[in-house]
Amino acid sequence: MALESHQKIERNATLLLTLSFLVVTVGGIVEIAPLFYLENTIEDVDGMRPYSPLELAGREVFIREGCYNCHSQMIRPMRDEVERYGHYSLAAESQYDHPFQWGSKRTGPDLARVGGRYSDAWHVDHFTDPQSVVPESVMPAYAFLADNILRPTYIVDLMRTHRLVGVPYTDEMLEMAREDFIQQATDFGDPGVVDRYPGAQQRDFDGQPEVTEMDALIAYMQMLGTLVDFSTFTPDESR
Amino acid sequence: MSDHKNTHPEEQKLLDGDPDTTGHVWDGIKEFNNPLPRWWLWTLYGTIVWAVVYTVLYPAWPLVNGATPGLLGFSTRENVASDILRFEEMNADLRTQITEVELAAITPDRSPDLYNYAIQGGAATFATWCSQCHGSGAAGVQASGYPNLLDDDWLWGGTIDDIHFTISHGIRNEDDLDAHYSEMTAFEGILSDEEIASVVQYVRNISGQEHDAELASAGETVFLDNCAACHLDDGTGDRFLGAPNLTDAIWLYGGSEEAIEYTVRNSRFGIMPPWSADASPAGRLSEAEIRSVAVYVHSLGGGE
Repeated sequence: MALESHQKIERNATLLLTLSFLVVTVGGIVEIAPLFYLENTIEDVDGMRPYSPLELAGREVFIREGCYNCHSQMIRPMRDEVERYGHYSLAAESQYDHPFQWGSKRTGPDLARVGGRYSDAWHVDHFTDPQSVVPESVMPAYAFLADNILRPTYIVDLMRTHRLVGVPYTDEMLEMAREDFIQQATDFGDPGVVDRYPGAQQRDFDGQPEVTEMDALIAYMQMLGTLVDFSTFTPDESR
Repeated sequence: MSDHKNTHPEEQKLLDGDPDTTGHVWDGIKEFNNPLPRWWLWTLYGTIVWAVVYTVLYPAWPLVNGATPGLLGFSTRENVASDILRFEEMNADLRTQITEVELAAITPDRSPDLYNYAIQGGAATFATWCSQCHGSGAAGVQASGYPNLLDDDWLWGGTIDDIHFTISHGIRNEDDLDAHYSEMTAFEGILSDEEIASVVQYVRNISGQEHDAELASAGETVFLDNCAACHLDDGTGDRFLGAPNLTDAIWLYGGSEEAIEYTVRNSRFGIMPPWSADASPAGRLSEAEIRSVAVYVHSLGGGE
């Protein structure tokens, strides 16, 4: 009897497809939907803010060059990782990441808290010729980044796209984006960028006057993992 | 092919002793309804029961505001915190001792346990925080301004107390008022091109490299007038000012004519951050960690 009713489904492709879709939908809702409303998925953490225009542009360079193929940005909650890289990553720290840079394949070290670990000059040396500062490294050179002048032509579009998927860029941020982009990469820039993006570091990152991809990438490197003040953060241990 | 007939294959005959069929028939072939192997079936039931038990014991089911916490109270955050605490407690005695004894007393003969702890712990801390500039083997980066810590050429002193001070407070940083500080003059515009060319040859001479003897002798006066205040008359440098010895073959920024000329014209200004969390808010290491690193660096070969 049961067999015969099953036969009906198996012999009717449309019905089979519809019912399969229903089953997968239920599974999907059970597994995915709770992540959007459970309070313990993402905790509120002080200090998190959207990326500044220059940092966002650096992040685009990071993704374009496929840095994620060798570098993760996720410190797992284990003693060895915490001792080497710093406080384990919080979900909130990648809440404005589209796409996120989590991972567990580490040909190179994790970069979730690389900000402030190296000087700008070191980063320039290292991107230009990684083996000059880390002889055992297998990282390829990215010297050309210093030659690629970066203009904020599409930065507003990029930020608008991020806003579309939930990053809280304000109208003021969009309006000032081109200005902020240039100002953050100068030593004596307008302080507005720091007002709009608290904790943003403002200086000439690569040591040459033009804003280059090197500037943007180093600005991004230097802010990674620095936004949350862990001296005032108390982890909720139920998470 | 034209005479090919699409004949229906002969229907499969069931023999005595064959199991029942499922009723499925494909091209006349029937499917036997053999029972699943018992071991396989019971393993399947076992995994289902285990899954239920597991979701009761560990955080699992999504409810209205959060997921069920599980009866065991499992928390990765608590685990990592207690894991770190466990090792800190195990090392607590050694860490206290290492901050209390005199640094010079931490030797393999006088306190082997403490020495061993300092070397191992110091090496781990070095790999995490110092290798960025000084290299994973502490050999620095030649001619790039990252000092080699394996040799006996010290800019700011190579006794264990000197090393400890340098690690604690750093060099030329703005975060720690006790940081070593000195600033070489950039002689571009102060000395003429001829004077610079001659003093470069003089430095090549006293460091025992190929040089233009005529220019070098002219450069001696320039050196004594402008450089000797810090690098001393004989060019052997002054550790109080972090002025390097110019007479040896060890070069922080390179000993080629071009490199020396660049240094004379623009000067150099290498910075090391302060590491002591007690001395500066920018410091990231505890006193015990700094002392371990000092012992480790001192042991690398050049310690005085």
